[in-house]
Amino acid sequence: MKYLRQIGVILLVSFIAELVRLLIPAPIPASIYGLIILFLCLQFRIVKLESIEETGNFLLAIMPLLFVPPTVGLIDKWQSLRSIAAPAVLLIIFGTLATMVATGAAAQFFLRRQDRGNR
Amino acid sequence: MDAWRETVGDALSANVYFGAVASIFCYGIGVYLQKRYRFILFNPILIGIILVVVLLKVFRIDFASYDEGASHLNYLLTPATVALAIPLYKQFEALKKNWKVTLASICVGVLANCAVVYITAKLFDLERVYYVTCLTKSITTAIGMGVTEELGGDVTIAVVMIILSGICGAVFGEKTLKLFHVTDPMAQGLAIGTASHAIGTSKALEMGETVGASSGLAIVVTGVLTVVLAPFFAGLIG
Repeated sequence: MKYLRQIGVILLVSFIAELVRLLIPAPIPASIYGLIILFLCLQFRIVKLESIEETGNFLLAIMPLLFVPPTVGLIDKWQSLRSIAAPAVLLIIFGTLATMVATGAAAQFFLRRQDRGNR
Repeated sequence: MDAWRETVGDALSANVYFGAVASIFCYGIGVYLQKRYRFILFNPILIGIILVVVLLKVFRIDFASYDEGASHLNYLLTPATVALAIPLYKQFEALKKNWKVTLASICVGVLANCAVVYITAKLFDLERVYYVTCLTKSITTAIGMGVTEELGGDVTIAVVMIILSGICGAVFGEKTLKLFHVTDPMAQGLAIGTASHAIGTSKALEMGETVGASSGLAIVVTGVLTVVLAPFFAGLIG
């Protein structure tokens, strides 16, 4: 029963998130609303961590696997990149990693400066 | 040989469990390879995708038959993203204490992304439709599709760019950050989430709870910031 209740709570939040998405006319997916709703429920003790933790952690652990089917579905669509192949590859690899390094370096710089300020 | 291949292919296509089993099995081989050999391209998502594609090609199975079983895995994507609330909740005190750093560094990341796309577009003399499409490549798929459509981009290309950027982040992120001496777990998480959304985050979760939590938070903040900032950058190329 424990796991049934846990998956029940997570699916209920997903269900409510889908309803919220219908009500708010913004290009934001239900999963993001759901994340925020579940977070608020935990924060305000509406949902206890124990009542979702194991199943939630299981879902997080298998998350990479869940991206395999949608990516395989792109096989027919790779053609669409042909007209911009060189800049696309450049952006996908170097653009992504440049963004990552910029964010990480900035965060680390700000964190260290903040720590020095606190001392 | 060909007759044999066709028989097996037909049998697999007709089996509703094929898609899910093939995905899990191919992904599992990726997990094994990653544990056994520390080679950077042995990433479970990447290996899983390649092996499934090879399997489909060898036995001439169309994507629709595969997806009949495999789509049950996608069904779990929303609940799994919802579950990101768990690490976020557990790490919230630390993130709250550093909320200025979080916001400032994600802003830097979003601006860096738009700037890189702008420079690349100028260098390659890209048409506006492709330029605005690339602007959304670092945010989570559903938001990216919506923003691309609003800016007048190509949604199909946007999806391909977004997913491949995510996989690139998941595969090369950890090593790249190490190379540039980004060692703080929170900084690592913010970096991965900002550059490679949920796919990168699935990898960040494996690196630790703090990395995963800040990466999850970065998906949300990056998505919102891009919705706000992308139209401004889109206006730069007319």
